[in-house]
Amino acid sequence: MKNLFNKFGERLNRVSSMKLTLLAVLSALIVGAFIIIVSDVDNLRDGDVLGAVSTVGSAYWALVVGSFGSLRAISNTINSSTPLILCGVSVAIAFKAGLFNIGATGQMLAGGMTSLWVGFAMDGPGYVQVPLAILAGAIGGAVFGAIPGILKARTGAHEVITTIMLNNMAAFFILWLLKTDLFQREDRTDPISKLVSAEGRLPRLFGFMDGRADLIAHVGFIVALGAVLAYWWFLKKTTTGFEFRAYGLNADAATYAGMHVKRLTVLSMMFAGGFAGLAGAAEVLGTYGYASTNFAGNIGFDAIAIALLGQSSPLGTFFAAILFGALQAGGRQMQTNSDVPIDLIIVLRALIVMFIAAPLLVKTIWRTKNATIAAGQTFRGWGS
Amino acid sequence: MKLELRGITKRFPGVVANDNVNLALNTGEVLSLIGENGAGKSTLMSVLYGMYKPDEGQIVIDGTDLVFASPADAIGAGIGMVHQHFMLVPVFTVAENVVLGVEPTGALGKLNIDEARRMVREISDKYNLDLDPDAVIEDLPVGVQQRVEIVKVLLRDAKVVVFDEPTAVLTPSEIIEFFEIVKTLVSAGRGVVFITHKLKEALNIADRIAVLRRGKVVGEVDPKTATESQIAEMMVGRPVQLTVDKNSAKTGDVVLKVTDLTVLDADGRTHVENVSFEVCAGEIVGIAGVQGNGQTELVEALTGLRKATRGVIDLDGKDLTHSNPRERHQMGMAHIPEDRQRQGLVGGLSVAENLVLTRYHDDQFSHGVYVDWEAANAVAETLITEYDIRTPNKETGVGTLSGGNQQKVIVARELSRDLRLTIAAQPTRGVDVGSIEYIHSRIVKERDAGTAVLIVSTELEEVMALSDRLLVMYRGKVVAELDPKKVTPMEVGLYMAGSRPDSAVSA
Repeated sequence: MKNLFNKFGERLNRVSSMKLTLLAVLSALIVGAFIIIVSDVDNLRDGDVLGAVSTVGSAYWALVVGSFGSLRAISNTINSSTPLILCGVSVAIAFKAGLFNIGATGQMLAGGMTSLWVGFAMDGPGYVQVPLAILAGAIGGAVFGAIPGILKARTGAHEVITTIMLNNMAAFFILWLLKTDLFQREDRTDPISKLVSAEGRLPRLFGFMDGRADLIAHVGFIVALGAVLAYWWFLKKTTTGFEFRAYGLNADAATYAGMHVKRLTVLSMMFAGGFAGLAGAAEVLGTYGYASTNFAGNIGFDAIAIALLGQSSPLGTFFAAILFGALQAGGRQMQTNSDVPIDLIIVLRALIVMFIAAPLLVKTIWRTKNATIAAGQTFRGWGS
Repeated sequence: MKLELRGITKRFPGVVANDNVNLALNTGEVLSLIGENGAGKSTLMSVLYGMYKPDEGQIVIDGTDLVFASPADAIGAGIGMVHQHFMLVPVFTVAENVVLGVEPTGALGKLNIDEARRMVREISDKYNLDLDPDAVIEDLPVGVQQRVEIVKVLLRDAKVVVFDEPTAVLTPSEIIEFFEIVKTLVSAGRGVVFITHKLKEALNIADRIAVLRRGKVVGEVDPKTATESQIAEMMVGRPVQLTVDKNSAKTGDVVLKVTDLTVLDADGRTHVENVSFEVCAGEIVGIAGVQGNGQTELVEALTGLRKATRGVIDLDGKDLTHSNPRERHQMGMAHIPEDRQRQGLVGGLSVAENLVLTRYHDDQFSHGVYVDWEAANAVAETLITEYDIRTPNKETGVGTLSGGNQQKVIVARELSRDLRLTIAAQPTRGVDVGSIEYIHSRIVKERDAGTAVLIVSTELEEVMALSDRLLVMYRGKVVAELDPKKVTPMEVGLYMAGSRPDSAVSA
């Protein structure tokens, strides 16, 4: 009986940390509503406060419709979420081992370029070329991700610094690569890559529906789902996953227990890089079919917020990425339908992160009682 | 002043930390609050100090009901607290630390440091504390830092001073000095609450002893008539064996052989210097010494957590000087580390996961890349029963268990396999009486099974009771090898302090 009670207590704690996350999202939406109202100059100038309030309604409704309201909207959400899920897992797995991977952007660029090379240089049947190109993306990202891991294990250089620097190095390296004969499209002078061969493109998810060229979601999403599953399996079932968790929670105890912590440092950054590399592959092979200098965009940084929001758990990270992807997809609809600029999405995301980072604030606002603050596992800080 | 706690009840989710506690204290007396870890001593004092609001009950001073919303209110009412972990700024001087928060200021808020110095000197002289107001905290020994905390409390005019486990960080001679200070405080008309789990100290200094068990005051005893075993029984709720019960050792072959071991740290400081000794199968060798005389580094070198600069470590005749912790572990070495929170356990993982923390890679628990959690959980269930680990279930986070039960998790994990050598550092630090008894009996049992055992402890009494042979470390060297049955604690204490008694009885 007592046993049952305690199990229930633990469940309650988990629920309340999820509740806290949901409340943070809700808080962000409410603050976002105020921002919409005060920036609705047209209505306010006329003294039409009700009109401004209705703008909020139509803006948020457009968000919903634009993200889940139609097959096309869902396809857009899936498409936006795919790289976010993969990069989210990248940041999350490093968090689990106590490392802060700010380098998902660079790793994504590296993985994107290796998969691109396989994508245009090879000319085989799709069922050979596509898996190979995806694999190349994972390897490219993993190799690039291993660099800060090795630097940390060998010299103690902090991964926050090295990954940020490597992001810049990757960006400029790719700018140069895209101007080389190997990568640059023959008829172009600007840094744009050759096109991935038609066989090498990721098949579209809704490809079976003829004549719906607007459904752009591709099988990169399946890869992302697989990555979430692999991440879950890795943490729960494998010895190395157990080592990651122990090392992330208490590095001294991991050392005491005989774990090879330097190896773990390198491995975790390698895995993180591999997942981010998959995101690059998905974007290049699926969404674009070529590479430009900024195909990684802001995804690597959004991924940090996603991993935090999802408390680095496989499922949490997945849903956080879907949320961010949905905001992205819905934001475009919102801009068209209601004159509220898509920049509001950036504000909303920032607010969500802020409320997540300040659980006490959320608890005070919503007067929740005794909700345990579970921020999940993040990195060890500067001292390590 | 008369301080009363009436019917204090404080509940946390799942536990009642304080259950209708009644206590009274007059100024001019020492009340010792004694109880095991998790009995509710600290919660009760946090209520008194305004850090927790009680769910029921009142704090009454001289007949007036008071409500403390914060420590500031408690300080205002004349209650001061000296925490176990000091709240001092290491780079500030004594005077600066003492006035922090109540600084005497001149024009434009400029700190009047001369006034601060004067205040420190005045209190220091009055209570014989012998403090230099200009000394920098980080240069001072722990015992002196504690006196700075006492001055802080006195400067805020505390009528009642609460000491939370004050002797845990002190050396034997500092403890004696500390008791002198407590006597001075009492004779100057202050009241003292002395929280401890050490029976001898409570009997030594208290005027009254209140025993707390599972949140309740189970009784008050008079130290003049009470005995240690009587109090221990009240604390634990059953009769407790306070001495270690063991037969003489049946010593076998040499298992651990350390030859000329020297350990330097990264800055080139010597921590262990030319240490040589042997531990045989079936015997317990103890290493006594004041904290910080190289014991930690010695243990780390023996277990592979630190590089040996020079010298050789042999286990069963095999040189493992350069082996890593896992290799040593697989050769049958167990290590109970001195800091269980930092090294021995991963607080965020479950009891079951911690029970396999050093063993998950054994064939028993892993198949290829998989951990066999079914096997691990089954073993965890067995160990929880066998080692009497009090936990709601095996999935509970190990960080939520009491110190004694956390230590049992480590002991269970480390001793539940075939061993050649067990190295236990501070095996009972911060562990309750009931668990100490159990851990000691386990270690003796391990010895009787033919394992070589090395115990490192700063608790002289413990190391003397457990050991068959006793080494004393001082400044990185082994300065004496003694027969614990033939020496007195005083003699060992002299070796620990670096002096050589002429009439020492060597083994």
